[in-house]
Amino acid sequence: MTSTTEPTEPLSVEQLSATTLLRFATAGSVDDGKSTLVGRLLHDSKSVLTDQLEAVERVSASRGQDAPDLALLTDGLRAEREQGITIDVAYRYFATARRRFILADTPGHVQYTRNMVTGASTADLAVVLVDARNGVIEQTRRHAAVAALLRVPHVVLAVNKMDLVEYKESVFAAIAEEFTAYASELGVPEITAIPISALAGDNVVEASANMDWYGGPTVLEHLETVPVSHDLAHCHARLPVQYVIRPQTAEHPDYRGYAGQIAAGTFRVGEQITVLPSGRSTKISGIDLLGKPVDVAWTTQSVTVLLEDDIDISRGDLIVPSKDAPPTTQDIEATVCHVADQPLTVGHRVLLKHGTRTVKAIVKDIPSRLTLDDLSLHPHPGQLVANDIGRVKIRTAEPLPVDSYADSRRTGSFILIDPNDGTTLTAGMVGESFAAPEPVKDDGDDDGWDF
Amino acid sequence: MTTAATVSEAAGNSEESSPYALSHLDALESEAVHIFREVAGEFERPVILFSGGKDSIVMLHLALKAFAPAAVPFSLLHVDTGHNFPEVLEYRDRTVKKHGLRLHVASVQDYIDAGKLRERPDGTRNPLQTVPLTEKIQSERFDAVFGGGRRDEEKARAKERVFSLRDEFSQWDPRRQRPELWQLYNGRHAPGEHVRVFPLSNWTELDVWQYIAREGIELPEIYFAHDREVFKRSGMWLTAGDWGGPKNGETVEKRLVRYRTVGDMSCTGAVDSDATTLDAVIAEIAASRLTERGATRADDKMSEAAMEDRKREGYF
Repeated sequence: MTSTTEPTEPLSVEQLSATTLLRFATAGSVDDGKSTLVGRLLHDSKSVLTDQLEAVERVSASRGQDAPDLALLTDGLRAEREQGITIDVAYRYFATARRRFILADTPGHVQYTRNMVTGASTADLAVVLVDARNGVIEQTRRHAAVAALLRVPHVVLAVNKMDLVEYKESVFAAIAEEFTAYASELGVPEITAIPISALAGDNVVEASANMDWYGGPTVLEHLETVPVSHDLAHCHARLPVQYVIRPQTAEHPDYRGYAGQIAAGTFRVGEQITVLPSGRSTKISGIDLLGKPVDVAWTTQSVTVLLEDDIDISRGDLIVPSKDAPPTTQDIEATVCHVADQPLTVGHRVLLKHGTRTVKAIVKDIPSRLTLDDLSLHPHPGQLVANDIGRVKIRTAEPLPVDSYADSRRTGSFILIDPNDGTTLTAGMVGESFAAPEPVKDDGDDDGWDF
Repeated sequence: MTTAATVSEAAGNSEESSPYALSHLDALESEAVHIFREVAGEFERPVILFSGGKDSIVMLHLALKAFAPAAVPFSLLHVDTGHNFPEVLEYRDRTVKKHGLRLHVASVQDYIDAGKLRERPDGTRNPLQTVPLTEKIQSERFDAVFGGGRRDEEKARAKERVFSLRDEFSQWDPRRQRPELWQLYNGRHAPGEHVRVFPLSNWTELDVWQYIAREGIELPEIYFAHDREVFKRSGMWLTAGDWGGPKNGETVEKRLVRYRTVGDMSCTGAVDSDATTLDAVIAEIAASRLTERGATRADDKMSEAAMEDRKREGYF
């Protein structure tokens, strides 16, 4: 174990009750110390327990290694341990008194862009590691670009191995400035740069005594305090219908509820809603939050909505406020990341899953492929292969109510599926690839909520 | 302003800047319910693996909430090793009756009696569950099988998807898993194949216990400290009984113990504990320096990749 600090004290039952959940992803190149950082976060938050540590020590010793190999904590598969590399996303869990964390631990190899896309798709925050000796390299730019493409709300630049550059402020400042300029241009809304040494423990959990010039938070402090939910006042409310609940019992002869997880925004009893793609409208007569009636519900609550009129609604439909309905379309333009080994080609017949609806679709055109290193566009590549990011035009068999991914990560995203063998082919984000550097302010839409 | 204040209280977290922040238990609950409803919407014959252990009890509780006020649209499946704790079987049968559910049982003892499985020299029946489980899935044509597995349990489980495709032999191939993006779960499968579904993937042991406390969920008594006749084998306190203990040199003693996991009696150990209430159990787990499997499960210690190997063969 590389740690020098003792684990923190166990949390009290009271401390454990009122916490929130932060989902974050790590990204880093090979040998930049990602395993060490992850290991230290897990260890110092008491999430590596004695028996796990003993298992790591036992295996490390049996291989003749001097020190316990922390990567063994995170490399869970036989093939990963044999090859000494991480080949797949793994999810890790740890907690502090303030928050619970789900960490998508993604591999750093160039050929695993799809894995970072997978990890980033559900992340509220991404930690991009760089080696202070190397600064911003191609791989760093790729990670920033993926975080920007996936619209991860917060990005942390962790400048690691500061101990190997004599903890010099000038080294950190230059890297932070270069990265911030690049990531801001891509539209990453919030960037926090932190100088660390994962090995020595500087600014990971404990503030560093070696860098008194740095006045910001440690990595853990930042993870604990970054806001996890957003102001939903200006969010387009969206509820994909998953399942129709009809008890048909003596107690509930007429109950007909539309169950789903609110994908964005808020819904209130009495609100005028429209069902897409049919376009029929009615009012919400009740909302059940897992069996308990409420007046208002919001993302990401799983609810059951009751409506005033008995209109035809089934799985795959989208409930939206009548005043804020997205257009439905059969022609989708999107940025995609191809995640399967078989290529995606023009003319490919696929299934498209959007929200709770799966429809037939055809790839009409692949206008460009993006080179993440310099963000240049390669026109008409003909196909996309595994880990490629590109623009595609898709025609769907039925109209879909899609949002721009910039407006809604949940209703602006889709996956393409091979209809023959069920393989998940492609991850899609509707609309423009990168966010504008200046977020567009929407002051006109006052719906009565005041924060 | 008054509306916003009410919403803030409902969210139950005054420290968060947004009134819409969900507590971590609410977020995990909502995610699990979403997974249950996806399966109900897309599969023909789903089944919930139900052992009477805390994870499957929480799964059933979530399923009941997901479809309320209607009934749970799934049946239950118990893989009975023949070495189950009597208190747990009693709990299982009472729960099935209470909710009007249908229970399928795949019996390891039946397989042994029929000569289709052979008892292991070490007496452990846990690895023997795989064949009755996978054959039951095939014969009943289940296309989605809910398991209570959590990624925090074990390093191979940390690599498991929420929707995990299994071939006609129920095999897991960790190198050919579908990437899982956003909340868009892909449940496509060919006839004969099925999907294992893990709604508690993102829960930890502590989350499960906190949720049990918050929801007031009843558990089998063996989870709480009680006097029990046990003997020591391979460093674990095992319950004495007809299943195969104590043997020569092993002596029975009465100790105050409780169980952290509920599995087969032959490989599930008790821990010394005086925790008789949920709060005491939660405090004990929060302070423990051992994982639940490290503390009480012999089957995971067989080799470095024991869980991965069993999962590849069709274990849950």
